Amino acid sequence: MLEGWGRIGAPGREDLATDLESLTMGAALSRGLGRSYGDSSLPAREDDRVAATRLADRILSFDPSTGILRAKAGLSLDALNRVFVPRGWFPPVTPGTKFVTLGGMVASDVHGKNHHVEGCFGAHVRALRMRLADDSVVECSPSEHEDLFFGTVGGMGLLGHVLEVELAMHRIPSPWIVMQRERVRGIDELVEALARAARVWPMTMGWLDASARGSALGRGVLMAGRWAAPDEAPRTPPRAPAERTLPFDFPSWALNPLTARAFNAAFYWAHLDARDERVVAPDPFFYPLDKILHWNRAYGARGFTQYQCVLPRAAGVEAVRALLERLAEFACASPLCVVKDCGPEGRGTLSFPLEGTSIAVDLAMSPDTERIVAALNAIVIAARGRVYLTKDRFTRAEHFRAMEPRLDAFFALRDKYDPARRLRSAQSVRLFGDRA
Amino acid sequence: MKAVILGGTSGMGRAIARRLAERGDSVFLLGTSEASLAKSAADLGARHPRGERASFAVCDLEQPEQFAAALDAADAALGAFDTVVLSAAMFATQDALEADVDLARRLTTVNYAHSIVFCEHARKRLLARGGGCLAVFASVAGDRGRKPVAIYGSSKAGLASYLEALDHKFSGAGLSVVCIKPGFVKTPMTASLKPPPFAGDADRVAEDVVRAIDRRAPIVYTPRIWALVMLVIRWLPRFVMRRIAF
Repeated sequence: MLEGWGRIGAPGREDLATDLESLTMGAALSRGLGRSYGDSSLPAREDDRVAATRLADRILSFDPSTGILRAKAGLSLDALNRVFVPRGWFPPVTPGTKFVTLGGMVASDVHGKNHHVEGCFGAHVRALRMRLADDSVVECSPSEHEDLFFGTVGGMGLLGHVLEVELAMHRIPSPWIVMQRERVRGIDELVEALARAARVWPMTMGWLDASARGSALGRGVLMAGRWAAPDEAPRTPPRAPAERTLPFDFPSWALNPLTARAFNAAFYWAHLDARDERVVAPDPFFYPLDKILHWNRAYGARGFTQYQCVLPRAAGVEAVRALLERLAEFACASPLCVVKDCGPEGRGTLSFPLEGTSIAVDLAMSPDTERIVAALNAIVIAARGRVYLTKDRFTRAEHFRAMEPRLDAFFALRDKYDPARRLRSAQSVRLFGDRA
Repeated sequence: MKAVILGGTSGMGRAIARRLAERGDSVFLLGTSEASLAKSAADLGARHPRGERASFAVCDLEQPEQFAAALDAADAALGAFDTVVLSAAMFATQDALEADVDLARRLTTVNYAHSIVFCEHARKRLLARGGGCLAVFASVAGDRGRKPVAIYGSSKAGLASYLEALDHKFSGAGLSVVCIKPGFVKTPMTASLKPPPFAGDADRVAEDVVRAIDRRAPIVYTPRIWALVMLVIRWLPRFVMRRIAF
């Protein structure tokens, strides 16, 4: 049994090996650390070979004069940060967890708190070495086999196995972050505050209380940050974060609408000052949930899914409000909801973000989950937004097609590079009609 | 620190080499594949704060005639090493070993006899320069004769007994011996097995091992929960051991 982060599994097993070149021969899918929430990293069939990349984690080269790093696809962000933060380097884009591999970051074209400034991870990738469906190995980049390159960025591993990733790391002035937090009282204020902060801060995001209703709908906390200058930062490096682990499943009733509301209210009111600013370590800023390993067990054995969509700027705050109202109606347990002001769409053929507001919310599994996702998708389709495949498990194929005018371009790439559809996942069966 | 690691291209040895390189120690790699050694050397170079690329030499634990020359090469490259780590070993399941007595002979020879030969070469060099650290991978499988690891475990038990005596005999002369007893760890060596509860990962093990080397700890169980698990297992009476599958 293999599981996504939402703990809804599919029969299958992964093959682990250090040598990615031989491991990916004839494999149907690559899988990194299994942090995609839904079925992106799950096999279409039990006997499909899944190449687990995480032991293939060597750094091949690093040039300290330019910051250009080349590594095997299984290198984790956790390992990368441990080596390079003390030396004054940070990846140009990081998602909200460090337990992801470079290959996974490419396949999902991950975005982070700095999307409005730096775009997605793929915008900083200089080259990829790939194993294609016909078992040939090619190098691609924005100037060489560029259709393959941009199709792979955000392509969920369906055009080929990523073997090596070359990216440009960013210089950081210190290993500390200046963080500002501001309590906001409602959704209009939050969207406005995110837009305002984006003009000043290189990193922004909002946490909102998805259980609040009425005039408190969309109340939350805006977080903005930037790397601290050496004279603002403590002279010592941050201590390695203490990791705790959830050693067992919570009972499924532990997270219910009542406890979620209590948690949200506590989180909102914990920020007593309307605004505060302080210097914090990168880990609690970028990866607040990583300090509890296996936090997905908090949802119990039933599992959960995350719903993440982006609503274009043109749809206005009304679309955001409509989505939040619908969420509040469903009263589905969801301790925290993350909002991000995204910048322009990237060049990845199926890359998720577009200019507008991204909303991500956890939904505990229930018999209604499919219905809830379909209802939320209806709002997203009307607003001309889209959902994030990395989180998705329940979107229907026709809904995804309605959201995704770029789908035909992606299919054309698959026809060119994998006409027999040897590369596939449970997700590609569900959404793209691949045979199981 | 100037460390030689036999088995430093894979699994726990690889993770230890990385931890040492990342904090600025000099590392010399020994392993069976030249191609793999070269790739690991580049990896360590990228991780080293001053970009120091590790040197390496081919050395196979199955070929004891290579040991002296390999350690000489390490001495030449590092300028007298002060730490030797032996993480290489063979592994096979009890079923496979019972089915093939020649495999059993090979495994016990490599894990016991050849490992001791390697340690003898290493400790003589360390003692000649006034001491140093010899850190060797035994296993929790050697703590008690157990059904699923009867043959593999016995090879590690013999090695652990030798390491203990080495500590008794030479600690006064400046040699610190670290006997490392990992529980089940998810590495390429165990990739085909289903991980039991308390399975560790190579990087956590490396953190524990490097700390033990720094502190000159004679025995390190890693992940640490295994110290407790094995304490219980060592005290289980024979009639229980005969019945359980563990």
